[in-house]
Amino acid sequence: MKRLDFLPALVALTGSFLLGGLLLAALGVNPCQAYEAMVAGSLGSLKGLAQTLSKSIPLVLVGLGTIVAFQARIFNIGAEGQMLVGALAGTALGLALPALPGPILLPMVLAAGVTAGALWAGLAGSLKARFGVNEILSTVMLNQVALQLMNFLLSGPMLDPAEIAAGTRIPQSAALPAQIWLPRLIPRTTLHAGLLLLPLLAGAVYFLLRRTTLGFELRAVGLSPLAARYAGIGVENRLVLAMVVSGALAGLAGIVEVTGLHHRSLEGMTGGAGFAGIVAALLGRLDPRWLLPAGTLFAALLVGADKMQRTMQVPASLAIALQGLILCLLVSAEAWERRRRGV
Amino acid sequence: MFESFLFSTIHLATPYLYASMGETLGQRSGVLNLGLEGTMLMGALAAFLTVVRTGSLGLGLLAALAAGLAMAFLLIVVSVVFKGEQGISGIGLYLFGLGLAGVLYRLTSGGARTVDGFPALELRWLGPVLSGHNLLTYLAFALVPLTALLLDRTRFGLHVKAVGQNPQAADALGISVTRTRALAVAIAGMLGGLAGASLSIANLNLFQEDMIAGRGFIAVALVYFGRWNPWGVLGGVLLFASVSSLQLWIQMARLSIPSELALMLPYLLTIAVMAFTPRRRSEPAALGVAFER
Repeated sequence: MKRLDFLPALVALTGSFLLGGLLLAALGVNPCQAYEAMVAGSLGSLKGLAQTLSKSIPLVLVGLGTIVAFQARIFNIGAEGQMLVGALAGTALGLALPALPGPILLPMVLAAGVTAGALWAGLAGSLKARFGVNEILSTVMLNQVALQLMNFLLSGPMLDPAEIAAGTRIPQSAALPAQIWLPRLIPRTTLHAGLLLLPLLAGAVYFLLRRTTLGFELRAVGLSPLAARYAGIGVENRLVLAMVVSGALAGLAGIVEVTGLHHRSLEGMTGGAGFAGIVAALLGRLDPRWLLPAGTLFAALLVGADKMQRTMQVPASLAIALQGLILCLLVSAEAWERRRRGV
Repeated sequence: MFESFLFSTIHLATPYLYASMGETLGQRSGVLNLGLEGTMLMGALAAFLTVVRTGSLGLGLLAALAAGLAMAFLLIVVSVVFKGEQGISGIGLYLFGLGLAGVLYRLTSGGARTVDGFPALELRWLGPVLSGHNLLTYLAFALVPLTALLLDRTRFGLHVKAVGQNPQAADALGISVTRTRALAVAIAGMLGGLAGASLSIANLNLFQEDMIAGRGFIAVALVYFGRWNPWGVLGGVLLFASVSSLQLWIQMARLSIPSELALMLPYLLTIAVMAFTPRRRSEPAALGVAFER
């Protein structure tokens, strides 16, 4: 990886924060104070730092899935939906078997989440491979379907009996049995053991893409499907596989949020990680090693934006707008750099 | 019963028509705008806030056009001038619009929730199905022949198709690929803004941050379904709107189907329709491909 490769990422970050600052100033908010509140809220205290690291867990998991798919140049935009079905499937299994001991139940619950996410994404992958359906559009549609599925399950079949008894009917499931809650790494903070998965899985994805035949084939399909086909690689098959792996990681992100943080399924449980993880992966140039810092940075952005909303009354949506700007500037800077180098 | 089904089909088709006619034009020029969803939300917000402030529906429409144009400008810079990857920049535009609309709404709306939008026009002589829609709905349907005329009968339309099909050849003939694409995307952006306004100041008369609810992405899918032909896209819009209308009917008839499952129908239909649309044949050859001289 060459040094210059990071120029676009730096340009995108600096540029979008500058533009975001201009926007805030135009709206009569002091941008320095707003950004200061973001940094202080996300990195300025042990609690904030723990929250940031905790938030980075789903971002990095989604980002790893994004890397696998995008390396094969199949654009999985459906991580939100895959997270949701993963979380719901795992929650359903955990609630169905509350008597099992944790060491048996937890792996089953995680596997259910992984499988659901993999199938949800695999559907979009097969539609692409078999029928040529644009995967960006199909995954976006499947996000909406997953959202409705969640609304249906959480307000009906999976609704917490306690909510029915109390008559409040807040759409959420019952709490998972405590033996499958992931342990907290720092007491009285939100940071849970899911964090330990990140270096392991980042290493695994790096190894998969760089050191295995399958990874080579995926990247070959991404660089030139035609050349890959001449080399005897089953392109359709690999596209589906890339989506399945990508969805599996997103499904894992969903169920890890549930077992580690929320301890139940509820509305808004993805916390926007399905999109932010994609942006983080792109900012890290689709390299698992750089995803870890990029994911932490985006986690700080999201956590900081929430804090800023509370202390400065600046809407946390600013973080979403900044992500959009980062993407726009990133692809511009990348294209510009590519042409400058004459590649 | 059946009349009310047809009536609401026409009503529901409105935002999709604006958005997908614009997207048809943009894609024929070779630019895929996946950020339409964000453009629509910004258009909806601009129109809504303007009507809240001034009470003028005309100014509301102008504001929606301006918001759509501003979003198009961003896309032009990223996708046409810098030639960035269109699939990604579209998602960037979507997130930007989503976030920006959220910030602007919360900081400037002052808590306004609803507006008096375009009234229903009583045109009795048109019969019960065609009468009683608002002005923006009638304009939306007029847009279909206009888009077809623009593409097939004007010099600009010819240029749009040329740069979408074979930009190198068009360039060699002295047609500016960048300028043609920029103009097509600008018009598409303004129509995307109107699509949002048709929701916030005509059909729904309110603003919510999640009000577009995937309609922008669906409009992009409908362009594929309609094979880049305005009349084909109209067919797709009507089919889609009729399924949405059916879903409303299911809810009102209190059938035992849960409303959430009925709400999935349009999205599942879109996926199915994309799967059964014959591949490639009429896709603009340079769609999504940046032009390098």
